[in-house]
Amino acid sequence: METAKGERWITWIIKISGYSSILFVSLILFFLAREGFPALGEVPLKDLFGARWYPIEGYFGIWPLIFGSVLVTVGALLIGIPFGIGTAVYLSELAPAWIKNILKPIIEILAGLPSVVLGFLGIQLAAPFFRQFLNLPTGLTAFTGAVLLGFIAIPTIVSISEDALNTVPSTYRHGALALGANHWQTIWGVTVPAARSGLLTAVMLGVGRSIGETMAVMMVTGNAPVLPRSLNALFLPARTMTATIASEMGEVATGSMHYHVLFFIGIVLFGISLAVNLTASSLALRSRKRAERLLS
Amino acid sequence: MENSEAARISRRNALLGVNLLRLITLLTALPVIGVIVYIIVRGAPALSWEFISAMPREGMRAGGILPAIMGTFYLTLGTAVFSVPLGVAAGIYIAEYAPDNRATRLVRIAIINLAGIPSVVYGLFGLGLFVLFLKFGTSILAASLTLSIMTLPVIISTTEEALRQVPNAFRVVSTSLGATRWQTIQRITLPQAMPGVITGVILGLERAAGETAPIMFTGAAFFLPLLPQSPLDATMALPYHIFVISTSVPGMPVEIQYGTVLVLLFFVLGMNVIATLIRNRARARRQW
Repeated sequence: METAKGERWITWIIKISGYSSILFVSLILFFLAREGFPALGEVPLKDLFGARWYPIEGYFGIWPLIFGSVLVTVGALLIGIPFGIGTAVYLSELAPAWIKNILKPIIEILAGLPSVVLGFLGIQLAAPFFRQFLNLPTGLTAFTGAVLLGFIAIPTIVSISEDALNTVPSTYRHGALALGANHWQTIWGVTVPAARSGLLTAVMLGVGRSIGETMAVMMVTGNAPVLPRSLNALFLPARTMTATIASEMGEVATGSMHYHVLFFIGIVLFGISLAVNLTASSLALRSRKRAERLLS
Repeated sequence: MENSEAARISRRNALLGVNLLRLITLLTALPVIGVIVYIIVRGAPALSWEFISAMPREGMRAGGILPAIMGTFYLTLGTAVFSVPLGVAAGIYIAEYAPDNRATRLVRIAIINLAGIPSVVYGLFGLGLFVLFLKFGTSILAASLTLSIMTLPVIISTTEEALRQVPNAFRVVSTSLGATRWQTIQRITLPQAMPGVITGVILGLERAAGETAPIMFTGAAFFLPLLPQSPLDATMALPYHIFVISTSVPGMPVEIQYGTVLVLLFFVLGMNVIATLIRNRARARRQW
């Protein structure tokens, strides 16, 4: 009977640990709201979504920051999608085993590089290179940030896309090849379309990764919270939501208006990551259900 | 004739396409190798016994980086203390106990969410809850707790996956011999899944060790003349130190910057290598 009693305790502990994630998400939401929602009372909504971020003079318009985040994320995807999915297709459909054994650890290393290290390399190598190569007044631009972010998003995109491609039944490929399609036609005509919702999940998670990335973007985008005046914006300094929080939180007085607005930006980021991840996981669920139906 | 022309074109396209994919993969992989080699080459000259064992001097422009190394060590250890038991237990719950119902789905959604929350938002949360509300101040304790919650989803999902890979027959046989559910987990399932669990734990801690944004407002200090004396002290840390010396210290010798980056990489990639070795060895040994 000793064991039965001990076991009941252990089962309880395990159960509570299992549910702890719900507790933590609620706590995060609660504390963001507690510190962030007062901003809504202090700054008129019109100003909060205004076009000017200049906290010293009391301008708390977060549009330039949202725009900065969107700009570098779109740029990152322009790099991350072709390179990430291309690499995944090569790894899963074409690469011989020995190349896979070399490439996969390399992608894992990329995934493991701390973002501050990428930011450092951005300052030391990428920014000076782009400044000269593109003949810009400064290398610390949205473009440099986008390139780094692309590389940060690649491992996520590669690993999820590769999983998606691997779950495509090999009978599909054999069928296409038997009908006379060559390797290339099989890949683009059959395998990739069959894995499309998994690939979309990969892209969504890449978006989540890019929007939430902080250090690398903060270090290389030049910290200028301005709304764009032309298409040139990509090659000018910018400032993302994450970078704004990271660079200004250290200097604000606890409980000030500025402090509350920074937490409010945190709420916006939380909302975006929630939406992106829920979409991604529902896409993944749908593709799994479809795969089960097709295989049965 | 027309037919063979079409065949020739499609063969040519296939060849082009395959080579394009090769090129893309090469362009993804080469910069990674290049960058690692470059950091080693530029950083190695800075490495010395003094560099890793001495306090910084002359406004961090000379001397060593001991406090940053120790800080990252303490933070990683602190994160492990909280996140490993909780994460492994949660993974066990989901893999071995959780019924397939609405509540479990909610748990899963919560985990997916935790995994997706931006690191700087964890920083805000840690500031709000641990530093201010619980009054831990900017401290190793507050930063470790913040990093722990960020690391949880990695540990939970890898633990769950490792447990799921253990064949069900193991559980059935153990139960049929009279073992309870916990006895089965403790003596059979968990030991079998252990290499996978350890790999997940290391990968989670690796991420925590390299993070900057979550510790910026919760425990990291720009410069401290002494090593931290208690968990309630703030600390220097390698990732934050890299940020500081590459953006906010004018006249910082580049050599020291690369050296510091190399030490962090050594820390982080070393953990990665250990995780990979454990995983490969377990795979080779596994009898099922």
